[in-house]
Amino acid sequence: MSTTTTDVHSHGEHGDHEHNPYHQHHFATMEQQFDTSKLGMWLFLATEILLFGGLFVGFGLMQHRYPREFIEAHEHLKQLVAGQLFPLYGALNTMVLLVSSWTMVMGVNAAQTDQKKKLVRYLVITILLACVFLVVKYVEYSHKFNDHLLPGMFYGHQSEDLIKGTHGYATFFAFYFMMTGLHGIHVLVGIGLLSWLVMRARRGDFTSSYYTPVDLVGLYWHIVDVIWIYLFPLYYLIS
Amino acid sequence: MERAVTGGARIGDRPRPKKNYLNETKGFWSWASTVDHKRIGIMYLVATLTAFLLGGIFALLVRLTLLTPQHTLFGLQVTAETYNRFFTLHGAIMVFLFIIPSIPGSLTNFVLPLMIGAKDVAFPRLNLASFYLWIVGAVMAVASMVIGAVDTGWTFYTPYSTTTSGTVTLMTAAVFVLGFSSIFTGLNFIATVHKLRAPGMGWFDMPLFVWGMYSTAVIQVLATPVLGITLVLLMLERVFQIGIFDSRIGGDPVLFQHFFWFYSHPAVYIMILPGLAIISELIPTFSRKTMFGYRAIAYSSVSLALLSFIVWGHHMFVAGQSQLATVIFSALTFLVAIPSGVKVFNWLSTMYMGNISLETPMLYAISFLMLFAIGGLTGIFLGTLSTDVHLTDTYFVVAHFHYVMMGSTVTAFIGGLHYWWPKMTGRMPSEKWGRVAAILWFIGFNATFLPQFILGSRGMPRRYYNYLDQFQPLHAFSTVGSWIIGLSLFISLGYLLASLRKPADAPDNPWGGTTMEWQTSSPPITHNFEDTPVLEHEPYDYRPKAVTH
Repeated sequence: MSTTTTDVHSHGEHGDHEHNPYHQHHFATMEQQFDTSKLGMWLFLATEILLFGGLFVGFGLMQHRYPREFIEAHEHLKQLVAGQLFPLYGALNTMVLLVSSWTMVMGVNAAQTDQKKKLVRYLVITILLACVFLVVKYVEYSHKFNDHLLPGMFYGHQSEDLIKGTHGYATFFAFYFMMTGLHGIHVLVGIGLLSWLVMRARRGDFTSSYYTPVDLVGLYWHIVDVIWIYLFPLYYLIS
Repeated sequence: MERAVTGGARIGDRPRPKKNYLNETKGFWSWASTVDHKRIGIMYLVATLTAFLLGGIFALLVRLTLLTPQHTLFGLQVTAETYNRFFTLHGAIMVFLFIIPSIPGSLTNFVLPLMIGAKDVAFPRLNLASFYLWIVGAVMAVASMVIGAVDTGWTFYTPYSTTTSGTVTLMTAAVFVLGFSSIFTGLNFIATVHKLRAPGMGWFDMPLFVWGMYSTAVIQVLATPVLGITLVLLMLERVFQIGIFDSRIGGDPVLFQHFFWFYSHPAVYIMILPGLAIISELIPTFSRKTMFGYRAIAYSSVSLALLSFIVWGHHMFVAGQSQLATVIFSALTFLVAIPSGVKVFNWLSTMYMGNISLETPMLYAISFLMLFAIGGLTGIFLGTLSTDVHLTDTYFVVAHFHYVMMGSTVTAFIGGLHYWWPKMTGRMPSEKWGRVAAILWFIGFNATFLPQFILGSRGMPRRYYNYLDQFQPLHAFSTVGSWIIGLSLFISLGYLLASLRKPADAPDNPWGGTTMEWQTSSPPITHNFEDTPVLEHEPYDYRPKAVTH
């Protein structure tokens, strides 16, 4: 998405006295170009929300169909902490993403105010936090694989509750892996985009008159955060 | 052709510029890597028309199989499975590879930026990406039929689609990819219309085509992601048995229908709104009269787009919905008639007392008015609960949606293609053969599909490869009609291609149009306009010009 806004057309025929190298020829001004890119990004984020929206609706309907099985399965997403069941991994990741959203905001702010070093620093911290998120996710997934709490035909859990063959459990874990997995893919894409920003920021591409990619990746990163904010209570808190 | 001589509102022709978007750069790579909306439009045109040819061949095979109740083709027996594959490929190719991408990708890509005085669409590279996604999706779709079989119908209904052994997974993956192509196109048009209008052009100065395509783009962006995720769920259900649509493992097959139609009913409007948009250009131009009820038509496009999201349940009146839901969906469905009627009456009022000239595009526009009226009114039969129970899954439904999808959208598409052909290629196609093809199209279309209303109301079910002997005369009539359609399209292809062989002869404004695309040369230069165009009058202004002008 955001790559489309970075077309380098250094040969605009307007002959502006202070011509920006990132100004594309079909926009009259840099402001128009920025506004248009931002509108495009918002529209793309709307499609993202609808994409996840379909899964949320599907989850809700299946929970309505198998309420008891879904709640029992929920309990398996929690860990024993000091003698009580607590959604350890979920809560940890929520904190990590919230902080990363803040560092992203600081990064955009640094770009707007021509602070190159600060921009690179905040972008790198955001990437590191995204990596922490994925590591926690990896640990959590490993536990589920160990317990055979897997989607659909791979489901093979054998404890006294959540017995294989009962409808509902396998579907719950199918949705769990689909939704958190799709979100995880978005985090991975985010890491890629942020790394690309770091590369360009170090090269000195971004100034207060051109920081569109930083702004747009920022929007993307926030939506990834917001989706998690909805996934967290849906999977870890409801009981 | 008289118009070219007598056109009063025509802007004086300048000398044709030597360089235009077609000859500025040369070679395969200059096209394959282009970000020019005009070239992408041409590539989309070639691509979607190829899909149209492929889908059309399967349509002719379906009709030929139904010529007699013995289900034979050229003397060979056609099995039920083969017939299922024929109509699935016809439907899937026509819907996903032709009707949905054709008008947005080809004609709109070409003329929308010109109409609002822009140099390009908002995101030119995304536009090219959308085209290549179409290619990828098309290759996957064709592969799924070559290496295996898809026999589910274009709707992929569960439980059949979760149990059949065909290559349904690959086909749904193809549709998923095509969905993203469609989203990118729509996203681009919304941003373009919002941000790239010429100086001085307000929302209500835009041509109605732009209003129609804007409404289409909103649906493309908001509905298609839901189809995408639905198809992903279907694929995972087939591959991993996740238990959402297959009732054997705890799923709900009707849920698939809800998900599918939540996209696919809006998708029906992705198909019809561009047709309505084209007609809104043809009618005032060839009536040489200011559009009657401009705002009403603009608002009706938007309200059709909004209504499209809340009527999906009318596809499932007999699928086990609650009684209350069916009544509500039926009532909401009737609302669709209001904006549709607003459009038709405004077009007719525009033609009234107009100076109508029956050139090829206008012949298609008038055909459209009649076919759209039949298609729309028979929709009311199907929206009515009591009659729908009788007519569900019969040829009445087949005839109804062909009148809307083909009789309306494809008719408008061909009309629009003739209308903008001089602008796109710089050549005037043969008017004589154009009129012959237009009249054959109208006759052939009605011959094919009018009998199907009668067949359906007498109980002929859709998707059957054989039938009772009593239906044979009507089926045979319909099959002969399909040959007339084929002949008409073949003639059109012939003279359109023939026009490319002669030197550029089209004036800048051959039809006396008032919208901005006619202010630039035919074919346009690469950057569309010599100078940034300035809006001088509202669209469809055919009033006598003031002397000072």
